[in-house]
Amino acid sequence: MSGHPPLLTGALALACGWIGIGLLGLLRPHSVRYAGRVLFPLGALAGLALAAIAIVAIWQPVQSLVLPLGLPDLPIHLRLDPLSAFFLLLLGTVSAGVSLFSAGYFREGEGAAPGLLGLQYHVFLGSMALVLLADDAYGFMVAWETMALSSYFLVTTQHRIPEIRRAGFLYLLLAHLGAISILLCYGVLQGGSWQFTFDAMRHAQLAPAWASAAFGLAVLGFGAKAGLVPLHVWLPEAHPAAPSPVSALMSGVMLKTAIYGLLRVSLDLLHQPQWWWGAAVLALGLFSALFGVVFAAVQTDMKRLLAYSSIENIGIVCAGIGLTLLFHAFHMPALAGLSLAATLYHCLNHAFFKSLLFLATGSVLHATHERSLGKLGGLIRRMPWVAWLALIGTLAIAGLPPLNGFVSEWLLLQSFLFTPEIPQPFANMLVPLGAAALAHTAAVAGYVMVNFYGVIFLGQLREPQLAQAQDCGWLERIGLSWLAAGCVALGLVPVLVLRLLNQVNAHLLGDAALVHADGIWVLAPVSPQRASYVPVVFLLGAALVVVLAVWITKGVYHGRVRLSAPWDCGYPLQTPRMQDSAEGFGYPVRHIFEPFFRMKRELPSPFDAAPRYRVVVEDWTWYGLYLPVAGAVLKLAALVGLLQRGRIAVYLLYSFLTLVVLLVIVL
Amino acid sequence: MPPMIMNGLFTQLLGAIVAVSLAPLFLGWVNQCRAWLSNRSAPPLLQPYLVIRKLLHKDAVLAENASPLFRVVPYILFGAMVTAAAIIPSLGTALPFAVCADAIALVGLFATARVFIALAAMDIGTAFGSMGARREMMVGFLAEPALLMVVFTASLICGSTALPTIADTLAGRTLAIYPSLAFAGVAFLMVLLAENARIPIDNPATHLELTMIHEAMVLEYSARHLALIEWASALKLFNYACIGFALFLPWGLAHEDNPLALLWALPLLGLKLIAAGAGLALIETVSAKLRIFRAPEFLAMAFMLAVLGLLVRLLLGS
Amino acid sequence: MPDATASVPLSAQLIHLAAAVMLLLSFAMLAQRRLVSLVNLFAAQGATLVGSTLVVAYSTGQHELYLSAAVTSIKVVLLPYVLHRLIRRLSLQWDTETLVNIPTTMLIGLGVVIFAFGLAQPLSELASTVTRSTLGIAMAVVLLSFLMMITRRKAISQVIGFLAMENGLFFAATSATYGMPMVVELGILLDVLVGAFIFGIFFFHIREQFESLELSHLESLKED
Repeated sequence: MSGHPPLLTGALALACGWIGIGLLGLLRPHSVRYAGRVLFPLGALAGLALAAIAIVAIWQPVQSLVLPLGLPDLPIHLRLDPLSAFFLLLLGTVSAGVSLFSAGYFREGEGAAPGLLGLQYHVFLGSMALVLLADDAYGFMVAWETMALSSYFLVTTQHRIPEIRRAGFLYLLLAHLGAISILLCYGVLQGGSWQFTFDAMRHAQLAPAWASAAFGLAVLGFGAKAGLVPLHVWLPEAHPAAPSPVSALMSGVMLKTAIYGLLRVSLDLLHQPQWWWGAAVLALGLFSALFGVVFAAVQTDMKRLLAYSSIENIGIVCAGIGLTLLFHAFHMPALAGLSLAATLYHCLNHAFFKSLLFLATGSVLHATHERSLGKLGGLIRRMPWVAWLALIGTLAIAGLPPLNGFVSEWLLLQSFLFTPEIPQPFANMLVPLGAAALAHTAAVAGYVMVNFYGVIFLGQLREPQLAQAQDCGWLERIGLSWLAAGCVALGLVPVLVLRLLNQVNAHLLGDAALVHADGIWVLAPVSPQRASYVPVVFLLGAALVVVLAVWITKGVYHGRVRLSAPWDCGYPLQTPRMQDSAEGFGYPVRHIFEPFFRMKRELPSPFDAAPRYRVVVEDWTWYGLYLPVAGAVLKLAALVGLLQRGRIAVYLLYSFLTLVVLLVIVL
Repeated sequence: MPPMIMNGLFTQLLGAIVAVSLAPLFLGWVNQCRAWLSNRSAPPLLQPYLVIRKLLHKDAVLAENASPLFRVVPYILFGAMVTAAAIIPSLGTALPFAVCADAIALVGLFATARVFIALAAMDIGTAFGSMGARREMMVGFLAEPALLMVVFTASLICGSTALPTIADTLAGRTLAIYPSLAFAGVAFLMVLLAENARIPIDNPATHLELTMIHEAMVLEYSARHLALIEWASALKLFNYACIGFALFLPWGLAHEDNPLALLWALPLLGLKLIAAGAGLALIETVSAKLRIFRAPEFLAMAFMLAVLGLLVRLLLGS
Repeated sequence: MPDATASVPLSAQLIHLAAAVMLLLSFAMLAQRRLVSLVNLFAAQGATLVGSTLVVAYSTGQHELYLSAAVTSIKVVLLPYVLHRLIRRLSLQWDTETLVNIPTTMLIGLGVVIFAFGLAQPLSELASTVTRSTLGIAMAVVLLSFLMMITRRKAISQVIGFLAMENGLFFAATSATYGMPMVVELGILLDVLVGAFIFGIFFFHIREQFESLELSHLESLKED
């Protein structure tokens, strides 16, 4: 379709519209009311419109557009295919919720002026949309870098605090390392044609070694953005530093643009994957998942905990990508389709529940000014809205039926069950280990989320000032409810989502890759005999039993209740400090997975008058990988520093020598 | 095919009712066997029913700071266990409801119940409650994947994750030895002991603060809430036993086309339960309670065994 | 994928079962702390080996394998007896090994099993017997016993590991190729027996020297 494809034009207009809304913020940069009542609601509307366009576009044939913009002879190419439409849908729906929440969230006196924040925030959204629409390397990289920069500014909103500046720097550094890797990847992909449109890359014939190189660079580049171990170190630093809605967007949506990029390169731009690519990504993903969840279990800062949980979820998504590539390499389209559907489903789920939880931590932070889990507690009694909505997110992220997290894990486990059919002995032995690692990760995730929810919202108030905590405002409630409703809906009607995903499958893997489903309610991806899951009936059945149980016990016997002090085995003295803190709750994990951590412990001796117990849990990769690399870079820089003499004559000598050497080479 | 559906609904309903009504009896039987084996005089067989009845008649005492979550959890727990009973083929394999949820969803259902009871335990904010929640979740994150791997071994053999189909396929095959199922069986037994707070991991009969897990979580419950929780625990044990029968002793279940088979499926289930209860009591009597930090080792063994079973299945093809 | 097992003859099924039990026992030995139980597990492994040899002998009609089974049963009766005696004489009944992190060892063990299977895959393609897939298990048993020797500190458990390794070799021979030449078999067995006795003598000497059987004491012999 040439001329003006309406949907693509619409999506482009909305992406530019977001940037425009951002610019509007500069009109009255210091007015909280203006930002909260005009800018952010407008942004939410744009998000909804984008989601609507994406839903329509996913059913339409591919649309493309060439914009007469950019450098001479380098117009910007745009394209809207089912894959980008799916991710636009994710961006639109999630950002609508986050924007609504932000409308009530940002206040006076928190770092940058609200108008400026609005600009950065909406440029961030717009650039993410453009990343998803870009169809050439230039456009992609420009949008990608805009995304990185705008998110950097958002992370360092409170730039007067040194740790936040440090976190921002780390984020920027890894983002740029990743960007360089992606740039090199596109350099390899063009395959000597020097055409940097994605279309040219699709048709380029690459030698297997070059294809592998391009794939490796893509994993490195997109992995740095997504937070694959060992490139994950920026996540636990940047997320606590950023304002909560920004953390929600970064974790919920921006990480998914990296997944989009990886899928785009590995399934669309490269034609035939080799099986070991899949195995490598699978192993990397599973390791990241396990690593992330184990670290999440020992965190004491609620946003760091969620950041590690993001690493876990990205790991699960990458395991799905690995499985897809594995099946695809062995020409098993139906199974590749199943695992790709599971992968994309998990992306969507994670976007919803992780944003929900990050926003909930934002509300808690506003109400209590406290991020440390050791000082929260009992907030379900002070902030019922946030607590009950966060409960939905907690159950969803723990992968419990009938919410959405379970559906994608179910699909992924189902696809793992087919790996014995892979005609490669080592590859098919990945099943038991892979499935076991996945199941274990999911179970530990349950542990982590009980820790998260129990310590923040349940129990007694750990500090007296928590009694002043206020529930969040109505805009925030709407934003949270929207995301929570998404978690429930995605869990209850998976078949409708699978229909959308089938379009993506058909586009990327061919028509044989469709995932079957009976009717609207029954999820039976292979055949009903093999496995089926009907969440709605399941929920109704369970709810019926619960209602019956309530009715019988209360109706037939009685509903009398007396209130009294907690019993606690009759111990007379109990204070809120005697509840498990996050450290206490994480102790079994620290104990069992000890080799994972770099732990420093200070134990008090029995004779200490004022005993202090301290434990610091750190990441091995930091000491094993980053500090040595940084040391090497510093040494190299010191060597370069030798050149610096401070005398003009010496510098002129350098130039002269360079000129001579160049002349020798050229002539 | 209305008769078929009627038949299915009947099996479904009968299975659930049998589970709900027999579960305390099974628990009573296990307790009785344990008492005999340790030379104590046994409580009456119907003791669990008496306890539940007594608890239902009392006034509930709640902690002042209990949130609504605390009050709904017993019902959710009970509901989850009854729903699980409706998925597991205990009497017949014609279960219309089992279409809604396969074995993975069943494991998910158990996980849901566990998360809720752990959250409720943390709700009052006592030292014991959160300790129990922590320990329960620790047992859970090792036992749950092990259970899943056990199920996977069976479903690799049968090409299905639906429990009735698995039971049907395993019962209908010509007699063959599956070493992988032997591994899975051992692993399953270990998971059963851990998940139902039985002896090497937890002791349901004591309130010893250093070791208790399940009892620590439910300390703050009383009256009807406690009754439901006790009943749910009994149901959980019953459900695990029935999962074990479906995977390892699948013979004698009624099929879709033969409703009369229910007539002898019921006594057969009774026989299986009597044997299983005695066996369980024997295991509990001869083994010693593990220190709490040996428990992860025990469970990690179960997990490894289950994974090994899966490996053996793949490599030997049996 | 559903059910290919039922078509396999009963003898092969039994051998598969024996293979699985061998593997199970290897893992149990890897995780066992108490020396006495370790010896019992070792005896059970030997018994399984005898059983599978008998099955092979009966089903293939190779009568010399009966002899082989009889010879193997030495390991079920005599060696455990000797070991139990040793343990009693050295009064080690209540000794336990301080093992580091059993789950980690088991995890490594799993990796070893996968490695062994991958290695045995091309070999077992060559074999013609129905039970050729047990070759991988036999190899895994050998490697796991090796792993056990590495992770132990006490001399006795290392000897048991050594003997278990030999079990694995025998199992490979009987199940995958239906037995190796009798001479070779007897030779190996003799070696093992002599080895066991020499070890026994060594134990006494080690203990006289260091008052314990902790092998870590041997480190003090190093010159530096």
